[in-house]
Amino acid sequence: MTDITKKSLTEIIGLLKKKEIKSEEVTKSFINNIEKGKKLNSFITNCNDQALEKAKNFDKNPKFDNLLPGVPIAVKDLFCTKGIKTTAGSKMLENFIPNYESTITNNLWNEGAFLLGKLNCDEYAMGSSNETSFFGNVINPIAENTVPGGSSGGSASALAAELTPTTIGTDTGGSIRQPASFTGTVGLKPTYGLCSRWGIVAFASSLDQAGPMTRTVEDCALMLEAMSGFDKKDSTSINKKKENYSKNLTKNIKGLKIGIPKEYRVDGMPNEIEQLWENGKKLLKDVGAEIIDISLPNTKYALPTYYIVAPAEASSNLARYDGVKYGFRSLKGDNLIEMYENTRSEGFGDEVKRRILIGTYVLSSGYYDAYYIKAQKVRQLIKNDFDQSFKKVDAILTPSTPSAAFKINEKKDDPISMYLNDIFTVPVNLAGIPAISIPAGTDANNFPLGLQLIGKPLDEQKILNIAFAAEKKINFKQNLNRWWEK
Amino acid sequence: MSIDKDKIKHVSKLARISVDEKKIDSLTKDISSIFKFIEQLNELNTDKVKPLSSILNEPLRSRKDVINDGKIRDKILQNSPNKNEEFFVVPKVIE
Repeated sequence: MTDITKKSLTEIIGLLKKKEIKSEEVTKSFINNIEKGKKLNSFITNCNDQALEKAKNFDKNPKFDNLLPGVPIAVKDLFCTKGIKTTAGSKMLENFIPNYESTITNNLWNEGAFLLGKLNCDEYAMGSSNETSFFGNVINPIAENTVPGGSSGGSASALAAELTPTTIGTDTGGSIRQPASFTGTVGLKPTYGLCSRWGIVAFASSLDQAGPMTRTVEDCALMLEAMSGFDKKDSTSINKKKENYSKNLTKNIKGLKIGIPKEYRVDGMPNEIEQLWENGKKLLKDVGAEIIDISLPNTKYALPTYYIVAPAEASSNLARYDGVKYGFRSLKGDNLIEMYENTRSEGFGDEVKRRILIGTYVLSSGYYDAYYIKAQKVRQLIKNDFDQSFKKVDAILTPSTPSAAFKINEKKDDPISMYLNDIFTVPVNLAGIPAISIPAGTDANNFPLGLQLIGKPLDEQKILNIAFAAEKKINFKQNLNRWWEK
Repeated sequence: MSIDKDKIKHVSKLARISVDEKKIDSLTKDISSIFKFIEQLNELNTDKVKPLSSILNEPLRSRKDVINDGKIRDKILQNSPNKNEEFFVVPKVIE
């Protein structure tokens, strides 16, 4: 079978189960694509030999009683993997080798999958274009010189280019959904607390959530099922029964009410996005959903709120990088304080330092109430908006991003224009609710555009079902000329 | 609220990040524009709103105070950039 890498995760598992293909062949095919895909710069660490050994072991004694039997998976380099370098895209952790495994990756391995490699990302997941990584820009397989989005840019790029059958990312303000939208793939940010944060390099702890990135909605349901679950090691993990998202997946969404928030129609939004949204409304209506206009009045305050809350939490989380216990240490400085200052100055990149400084400032004496407490209050208002709307609707439909993928360096020197990428994704993180982005069309350049479905807390099944029905109707076809192999 | 170079220097001291003198102007400019952006929040009256610090409805769980690891000194020291047998090594702190 030559084109195994083009198949969905669910199809690959089906073929493995029917013994039509071996895990070793699957793994070799993806490694072959990885070797040919170096121009994309989506990998930081390759685990080829280890993956092949795992595949061979699986084939010797194949077991199919779990969700991901014999599947190689590359993961964002923000998940700690035991004995495998975990960098978070930073010089600070360039040589960090965890001696423990994150709960999420452990869950995947317990379901029969194994590690294929570690994927590039924005430094400490801070970025919307994968241009802040110490290990260089990741390229979007849709076109040369184009960003894949961020921060899970390596994950999105590798997934779209068929270098991994599925992957996982993290989403603090849109870092799964925005790159999924930019690369024509599916990405889901779960309800805060559904997936354990234990063993994930922390960015903003009240917002961070891990989630699946896949090529189909069916794969997304399967991956979420494999990843999610209560973890006593994460104090914010929700203690509830595991759900069978893949088994319960249905295209029957008759009678569901879908809200259309008027505040998401922003100034300067390209016509193509407007059209995409209209089409989304129409096709959901066609499959039996009811479309209802709603209002989320505080939407415009979500990004300013996020750029207080996230840097504040980041400045606190990243205080641990002091050059003493692990990570990079500067050799400059005559005393302990100078060692700290030089270590952090040389070890962190510009965007990370900027956010630490903003965070330190808004938490500092005299400014705490004016900025941080103010932002927490507005966060409450934003959450209230969603709570009110979900009394009337089952889910909310919006565009995933205000534009398609942009060129490398296009927004690098203007932090605000970069931050505006996340205008449609950030409110969801502030409210702690789930949302999925699915590919829904293309712009004039034939670049993919995504639609976002937002759900009630712990209502992942419903947004997966709506996405499943929409996906079938949209019938999006990824059209890549594989320029990176030439 | 205007952000000037002195404020940036003060905050970088608090954050323990030395800032390159050559970069301080562009850093001040960027951070000022970000503050201008976030100060949009001042348009909102939030006097009667309670700050939201956690999205979860339930209080954080507590666990029994039992030792569940230990004997992992060498593992912990393994990633240290400078160690001496069983200790982390840092620049001299006491004269």
